[in-house]
Amino acid sequence: MNDEVKLQAFEARINAGGTIEPKDWMPEGYRRQLIRMISQHAHSEIVGMLPEGNWITRAPSLRRKMILLAKVQDEAGHGLYLYSAAETLGIERSELIEQLLTGRAKYSSIFNYPTLSWADMGTIGWFVDGAAIVNQTMLAKCSYGPYARANLRICKEESFHKKQGYEIITVLANGTPEQKIMAQEAVNRWWKPSLMMFGPGDKDSPNSADLMKWKIKLKTNEELRQRFVDLTVPQAQAVGLTLPDPELKYNDEAGHWEYGALDWQEFFEVISGHGPYNRERMKARREAHRQGEWVRVAAEAYAEKRKMLA
Amino acid sequence: MPLSSSNDTQWALWEVFLQEDEGAPHIHAGSLHAADAEMAIQNARDVYARRGPVKSIWVVPSEEITATTPQDNDSFFDPAEDKVYRHPQFYKVPKGVRGV
Repeated sequence: MNDEVKLQAFEARINAGGTIEPKDWMPEGYRRQLIRMISQHAHSEIVGMLPEGNWITRAPSLRRKMILLAKVQDEAGHGLYLYSAAETLGIERSELIEQLLTGRAKYSSIFNYPTLSWADMGTIGWFVDGAAIVNQTMLAKCSYGPYARANLRICKEESFHKKQGYEIITVLANGTPEQKIMAQEAVNRWWKPSLMMFGPGDKDSPNSADLMKWKIKLKTNEELRQRFVDLTVPQAQAVGLTLPDPELKYNDEAGHWEYGALDWQEFFEVISGHGPYNRERMKARREAHRQGEWVRVAAEAYAEKRKMLA
Repeated sequence: MPLSSSNDTQWALWEVFLQEDEGAPHIHAGSLHAADAEMAIQNARDVYARRGPVKSIWVVPSEEITATTPQDNDSFFDPAEDKVYRHPQFYKVPKGVRGV
């Protein structure tokens, strides 16, 4: 079979709702797009540990500290099984990590903003994990089996992340005046960057057409963003916090919340490494990798020694 | 100087199978890297079994798995396609008879 015939069969299978597995024939573009997308997703989980790790030692109670530790550990786990899913496409994890540490790989823009107060932990859980769930629920149905299964596993764990964040915000919003102000400030800072997590509109999104055609993505960036807004506005109202958008209003006819324009120039700057915290994040990742080297070497030496004793 | 060398975090690949309930089959969950079997079990617990329910974990070196090839599926599984007499629906039973 020549590639043209294979491609037709491949696309017919995807259009019929089929699932592609690692050993199946796939066009190079599909493989490339998946490696790009899954590795970006994995990097985001790994870098995403940093803004929260910042607050583990400063959590306001032992309960909150245990929860935050568990959440950050989940993110490490998500990163690891996403790297595994990417490896099924014939690329090695060490190469992906190399791409991240040398600054050649992209990851979600949201993690390049600083976490200034404890309320940021609540807001990140509520907004950032909430947005991630909207995205990953879709990805759990994508056409590539290993990625779909990884997202299914992630979604099961991610719902606790969102809930614990919303709980933090609820407590602060019902607390002292200072606490309520702290919650509102965090919401003001994180709202628009969270909306931009879904990426630009599809005409400005260079990969969207391929991703939709091959059912790697099943919904457009705009559809996902709208779903997130519709879910989140009532949640903000329920705890008496406002979202920082004067243009936010409910459209009765459409049954959706309309929201104001987003600053895509800021988004592209952050994505290309010029966000408020890109440099710190990469520095922290590189340091962690260096400081972990003795552990990797020791694990190898230990495995060697056990082999000799066996 | 590369930030990670080739032997850096790139140990052998292992496939992880989880049993979620007593009596249930072990089902493939994903894969991971580990220097040996003991580390693979530890990592499998940390990566794939942070919350229940997990009753048992198997880890298998990925290179030890032999699998069918998708290209040969048609001819390979063909013998199973056209033997209707292997299914109970193929058989007629006198009306009113139960438990056959």
